[in-house]
Amino acid sequence: MAIIERPGTSTTPVVVTPQQTLGAVKRPVATKGWREWLFTVDHKKIGIMYGVVAMVFFIIGGVEALLIRLQLAMPDGQILSADKYNQMFTMHATTMVFLFAMPMAGAFANYFLPLQIGARDVAFPRINALSLWLLIIGGLVLNASWFLGGAADGGWFMYAPNSGPIFSPSHGVDFWVIGLQIAGVASLLGSINLIVTVLNMRAPGMSLMKMPVFTWMILVVQFLLVFSLPVITVALVLLMLQRSYGATFFDVSQGADPLLWQHLFWIFGHPEVYVLILPAFGIISEVLPTFARKPLFGYPFVVFSGASIGLVGFGVWAHHMFASGLGPVSVAVFSVATMAIAIPTGVKIFNWLLTMWGGKIWYTTAMNFAIGLVVLFTIGGLSGVTHSVAPSDTQQTDTYYIVAHFHYVLFGGMVFGLFSGFYYWWPKVFGKMLNEKLGAWNFWFMVIGMNMTFGPMHILGLQGQPRRMYVWTEARAGEGFFNLGFWNLVASIGSFILAVGVLFFLINVVITARSKQQAPLDPWDARTLEWLTTSPPKAHNFDRIPVVHHLDEFFHRKYEEDTATHTMKKVAEGEDLVRAEGDAADAHIHLPSPSYWPILLSIGVGLLGLGVVYGIPMMVIGFAITLFSAYGWVLEPSVAEEIDFEPSDNDGNTKEIAPLG
Amino acid sequence: MAETATHTADHASEHGHETSTGLTNNKLAMWLFLGSECLLFGGLISTYMLYRGRVSDGPHPMAIFDIPFTSVSSFVLLMSSLTMVLAVSSAQRGDDSRTNLWLTITAVLGATFVGGQVYEFTAFIREGLGFSTSLFGSSFYTLTGFHGIHVSVGVLMLLSTVGIIRKNKITGNKAEVVELVGLYWHFVDVVWIIIFTLVYLIPS
Amino acid sequence: MSTSTEQHEHGMTDAGYIKIAIILAAITALEVSTYYVDFGPLFMPSLMIMMVVKFVMVVSYFMHLKFDSKIFTFLFYTGLGLALFVYITALATFKFFIS
Repeated sequence: MAIIERPGTSTTPVVVTPQQTLGAVKRPVATKGWREWLFTVDHKKIGIMYGVVAMVFFIIGGVEALLIRLQLAMPDGQILSADKYNQMFTMHATTMVFLFAMPMAGAFANYFLPLQIGARDVAFPRINALSLWLLIIGGLVLNASWFLGGAADGGWFMYAPNSGPIFSPSHGVDFWVIGLQIAGVASLLGSINLIVTVLNMRAPGMSLMKMPVFTWMILVVQFLLVFSLPVITVALVLLMLQRSYGATFFDVSQGADPLLWQHLFWIFGHPEVYVLILPAFGIISEVLPTFARKPLFGYPFVVFSGASIGLVGFGVWAHHMFASGLGPVSVAVFSVATMAIAIPTGVKIFNWLLTMWGGKIWYTTAMNFAIGLVVLFTIGGLSGVTHSVAPSDTQQTDTYYIVAHFHYVLFGGMVFGLFSGFYYWWPKVFGKMLNEKLGAWNFWFMVIGMNMTFGPMHILGLQGQPRRMYVWTEARAGEGFFNLGFWNLVASIGSFILAVGVLFFLINVVITARSKQQAPLDPWDARTLEWLTTSPPKAHNFDRIPVVHHLDEFFHRKYEEDTATHTMKKVAEGEDLVRAEGDAADAHIHLPSPSYWPILLSIGVGLLGLGVVYGIPMMVIGFAITLFSAYGWVLEPSVAEEIDFEPSDNDGNTKEIAPLG
Repeated sequence: MAETATHTADHASEHGHETSTGLTNNKLAMWLFLGSECLLFGGLISTYMLYRGRVSDGPHPMAIFDIPFTSVSSFVLLMSSLTMVLAVSSAQRGDDSRTNLWLTITAVLGATFVGGQVYEFTAFIREGLGFSTSLFGSSFYTLTGFHGIHVSVGVLMLLSTVGIIRKNKITGNKAEVVELVGLYWHFVDVVWIIIFTLVYLIPS
Repeated sequence: MSTSTEQHEHGMTDAGYIKIAIILAAITALEVSTYYVDFGPLFMPSLMIMMVVKFVMVVSYFMHLKFDSKIFTFLFYTGLGLALFVYITALATFKFFIS
């Protein structure tokens, strides 16, 4: 890392490293082993780590879901106690939303956003590393509660006053509040970083309206995060002060308003819904045109509908509170706003359909997942429109119908989009193709499993089975087609089929990792800039910064219009284009240098947070570490100075470093 | 590309013209952060507005607010904005000693404000308004305390900047660093402009 | 940035800043006077107007928003506008402005 010297056409660039920048403290220099990952500021390595972390939490959250379904498979389930059940559904949702969905979108964003805009890294590489480590610390704090007296048990929205010390006496909620604040700071820093990256670091010629849709959707998501995270932070701070320091914000006996929490939570919570789904929309807006071999239909409509979803997303939060006694005027206003937000979403669905219309569709696993998203998300979207009708919503609130709705949207929508992204971009990130045959098994098990799990929940909900109840009884299960017992069993069996589907993916990953076969450089005949470099990309991404002339620049370098027939004709192979870039490489490329401070700072912040539970001394230690790392950070140049680079020896190697492969 | 060397990341942003917008990364990030902070303080101010009249126990706001005292400390904070902007202006002229002087004065004014707040809090506690006494107490201390922490962080940043400039250890563009600290400082000041009116001057 | 654009970018002299500060101090004095003098029905509107004027002056002149790129203005006022919208709406559902 650091400075990569590329004398002419040499294929093994030499890494020169700083020896010393801060007197006593040497900068980290390793490019091999665990140190390389711990102190890296490379957006690609950070992206991969985000992905690994998110996958681990996906499995943890999935196991929690399976336990819930086991408990509900039969009447009077015995697997979990009422208390454990509460913790299970709370942590399932919290884990899936904050520790799987957001970090996994972060993984894609970190890895591909700089590549798609033709940049060599993000705007603030060290802050990028800090975001990752803070997220990991936040996730650890959240899940540590399982072993330290019980996890949070108030539902993922943690309604106060129910989450107060009286109703939730364990430290679970405290860990939850602290963990989410830390993860929130991580997301906030990450979102500022990515917005600045998109605004400032685009390759020459790449105007906003020439950016890939994935980059656009990520940009919208980061704006949503920048402006919604502070609201949940306020709510979390108030709850923390109430639980740990005796404040009275949600103490109804003092005259507090129990709806205060609900407002703060959902002002954040509704934009958060779009934070979860828009990255998946972005992914399939890349996948569908590639495999339909047509440009995306109505690019500006997709972009602007995404942006307007983001904006209107801030004005509909109270539809989560229709049953709370808001008053008729508020309900009417928010009801109409909610119906309005279905319009830009519908626009997107039609754009995708028309993208596929008349295309020569290539049914790869990535494409299958993308089509799966369009179908399943539409089902979830339609049940969502039924919630916008307030009287109907009052009937559905807190039943399994709601559970069915948001799992269609989030699993059928978001998760399918992310899986589509895995199959599409795996060859880019790791240089090897995921096995398509296993991919088909993966896809079909997930489709069948997901519909079997969440489809019956529509019926369960309309029959009146409430959410968050740890048992149901045979006596009240009803008869015939609408028997709760039958559909609960179907849903539970479905959840295991779903789990087998995910298992196929993990097996696929292992098999692919062991395979020796390298992926071609342009396996999908892709359209965007991230394919204009090697797979996996070099540390510096692009041998020379591309100059952009078109939307779908990579496609337009490969194809030219035949003026006689008005069809696009292939004039160059992607592989040749990539090779040509290597031949014209820039001579000196300065990359940001690795740093100890991000990881150290996040450990400090973690201890500072735990001090809320474990007392002042831990807080003081955490604060000291935070302050020390902050000064180290400020005094360290992000790119090591020229004088720190020792001349290399005759082999072209410095003392401590091997050439970058 | 004709250039022989290509810089990336923060390095490039020191020279704003190399970025797509022509603006520096640091300043864009700072303004985004301040936009985000609007929603943070907005939430705390709204919580206070909702709860300021709810006094189940202990003193009522209008009974304990010392308007003359708070007016003076508000004035001190307001004037620190002037000294801050003079520091930025000196930094842009490349006048290190003036920059350090104005930064130090700003820090002293900020510390005076924080000192006034500590005095105010102890006086209120003596008069029976604890953190847990009433909804008014909780929301008042949370809002003004949050602001006070922001001012304290600002004072630390100002003094650190002075130290770093004196030791010549600054990384990046000196005038820009001072300007960024200034943006944060002014924001903390405008938040107090709102708090002073909504919390202190408008009776509940 | 070259030195010639410096003046244009931050188009104020130190004397100008001092003038702004004097105006701000005067408005503050006027604000405090509402505590001693009865403004009658003008009390609330005048206080709100003075608050907004002070806010905008500090942001525009001391924070250079008036002289700087419009992108900064957009980013900051988007946050401020959203904050006003969501919190005023939330307070309205609590019937805050009716009583």
